[in-house]
Amino acid sequence: MTQGYPPTATMTHQYPSLTAEQKKELQDIAQRIVAPGKGILAADESTGSMAKRLNPIGVENTEENRRRYRQLLFTADQRVDSCIGGVIFFHETLYQKTDDGTPFAQLIKDRGIVVGIKVDKGVVPLAGTNGETTTQGLDGLSERCAQYKKDGADFAKWRCVLKISETTPSQLAILENANVLARYASICQQNGIVPIVEPEILPDGEHDLKRCQYVTEKVLAAVYKALSDHHVYLEGTLLKPNMVTPGHSCPTKFSGEEIAMATVTALRRTVPPAVTGVTFLSGGQSEEEASVNLNAINTCPLTKPWALTFSYGRALQASALNAWKGELSNEKAATEEFIKRAQANGLAALGKYKTSGSAGAAAKSLYVANHAY
Amino acid sequence: MVEDRSYFGYKLELTETLSLPITSSEKQLNHHMVNSSTKPALTDSPRMTHQFPTLSEAQKRELHETALRIVSPGKGILAADESVGSMAKRLAQVGVENTEENRRQFRQILFSADDRINSCIGGVIFFHETLYQHSDNGVPFVKLIRDRGILVGVKVDKGVVPLAGTCGETTTQGLDGLAERCAQYKKDGAVFAKCRCVLKISDSNPSKLAITENANVLARYSSICQQNGIVPVIEPEILPDGDHDLKRCQYVTEKVLAAVYKAMSDHHVYLEGTLLKPNMVTPGHSCPTKYSPEEVAMASVTAMRRTVPPAVPGICFLSGGQSEEEASIHLSAINNCPLAKPWVLTFSFGRALQASALRAWRGHKENEKTATEQFIKRAEVNSLACQGKYSGGDNYGEAGHCVFGSCHAY
Repeated sequence: MTQGYPPTATMTHQYPSLTAEQKKELQDIAQRIVAPGKGILAADESTGSMAKRLNPIGVENTEENRRRYRQLLFTADQRVDSCIGGVIFFHETLYQKTDDGTPFAQLIKDRGIVVGIKVDKGVVPLAGTNGETTTQGLDGLSERCAQYKKDGADFAKWRCVLKISETTPSQLAILENANVLARYASICQQNGIVPIVEPEILPDGEHDLKRCQYVTEKVLAAVYKALSDHHVYLEGTLLKPNMVTPGHSCPTKFSGEEIAMATVTALRRTVPPAVTGVTFLSGGQSEEEASVNLNAINTCPLTKPWALTFSYGRALQASALNAWKGELSNEKAATEEFIKRAQANGLAALGKYKTSGSAGAAAKSLYVANHAY
Repeated sequence: MVEDRSYFGYKLELTETLSLPITSSEKQLNHHMVNSSTKPALTDSPRMTHQFPTLSEAQKRELHETALRIVSPGKGILAADESVGSMAKRLAQVGVENTEENRRQFRQILFSADDRINSCIGGVIFFHETLYQHSDNGVPFVKLIRDRGILVGVKVDKGVVPLAGTCGETTTQGLDGLAERCAQYKKDGAVFAKCRCVLKISDSNPSKLAITENANVLARYSSICQQNGIVPVIEPEILPDGDHDLKRCQYVTEKVLAAVYKAMSDHHVYLEGTLLKPNMVTPGHSCPTKYSPEEVAMASVTAMRRTVPPAVPGICFLSGGQSEEEASIHLSAINNCPLAKPWVLTFSFGRALQASALRAWRGHKENEKTATEQFIKRAEVNSLACQGKYSGGDNYGEAGHCVFGSCHAY
């Protein structure tokens, strides 16, 4: 593909970023992760985040406890194979093993579940803004990706954070975070790793549904412009956005259908069909809320050309954690709780989840025309 | 696409979702803003995160429904909006003098086609002069078209002008007084508009400036149209001139369309109430390599999939320099492309609908019926093509079996 390009401004020439084989590999990985009925278990809580999970159940935040906890998730039986397409690991966990010495990565991979790895290094402040951040982790990312690929990972995750308030998100925060996500995505793809792009807009605040939708549309438009500018192969990426929801302190309540309509509308206005799948984060939602909302999203009558599934952390693990409380004797029960949520979300990703006491068919008639969005 | 059609079946109930609680910050906004010149009282802090209302629910509904009607299944657009200068080139080719009367007579040949075109043509784009012309019987052309359930559109741009400091690149003018013009056109029967921007592929083009500037002009135009109940057809044409290959055209098309939709987002354009009129992705005219219709289709659909949000109801391809048959074959292959295509993919053809009619006419009254028949024929062919059902006419001997290769090469 090397040619002698003239010295004049050649922005119109495509310098090859990926071969056809590389593209195919990336798209195949992405499609496997979001195969029908499947979603992602986000088990990539950093050490600091794990402290927040373990302390409330009275468990000390040691490496061994973290290993034991992830073990009870990863040793769930084959019932999760049809609902979990990928697991996101934290770096430490990628190199841990089960009690009998099987590496976690191998355990997961051998079941046909794709192994992923969180590669960002956390948020850092953007000076001159009202408490806004960007995310670091680009230094040496290429070499790290190459190593993770050797160690069994086929996808990665990088989280950026934006906030809604009177003054935020600012133009700088939107542009800077979009740019960092695009750089990360480009580097991943060069190393055969599918990048999950996560521009999370926090639910903190008293803003309403419309406001969240508006901000989500602006943020995602900037993200996809940046991905285009950085020549990222969209078919070999996944998006991990927030659902469009009202702020936590918003006095108005909205139905699952309203949340679904606002969410799907925002995505339809910004996410090109080439993107293989959208794997929602659960944010502060409860396990049940997250499943019900995902189900409503999948039954929304607007045309949705991408897979719409889950990439849940707390919404898959909360009950399991509570059942475990660090006790060996609770392990089986805890694993069962996880399997239960995995199956619920697998159904939700197909639009077939029925909470007890709700008539699934009735949900469709609650949809109003989307001109209100 | 059935899902969007059943759209009309939903009860358009105004539930409490439409009357959201007014937060303290929104109390300052005038919720009855239809006239965009009324400004809300703003606080000092940057309020980019607040949505200032652009369109009411009723306005959005009208725009969206208009767009859907234009691209109803089996229908596309007749681009009959050639300027006086462009008509000179068309008429000269068939030895006809470029007078207002001759232009009227030619458009009459098209507009007097019988009911067979009602199921093939969803909209007609008029040139300003034509919008106020009549048939021999004194029936306004606009009425002739509207009475058959075909929507009337109008070209609103005022042509290209040079961008200084570039290598022969242009932007498009016509924004001055556009709001007032749109309001008038709406009164006179138009419900959609078209604005054409032009980009070229060469060693140095398109430049960043040309891409950004043209995207911005298209977004301003769209915003103004929507404020006046007019659906904007957005046309960022990348010319086929040059010896570049298919890949090059695809790359440039992707960059241009990404910029167009970013500008649309920045200008708060309601995508569900717009249509896109792009070039198909094709090799340059002087490219030595030949490509099959499936390769053209795969490249075109891939480029659209990477850049055009699903909220856009329809993509109406321009025919550019393609022959009538080429354009139809390509459109049909595009519709048969196995990749997921969440928008309608149809035509907005000028020459590709009119070339044979023009040649049959040659300015002679006795040829009028034949000329009209030629137009009807192409309209019917393209109606099949936009449903993926056209495999070629007399000149093409293929059985119409589309063979699509791997999409990863694109």
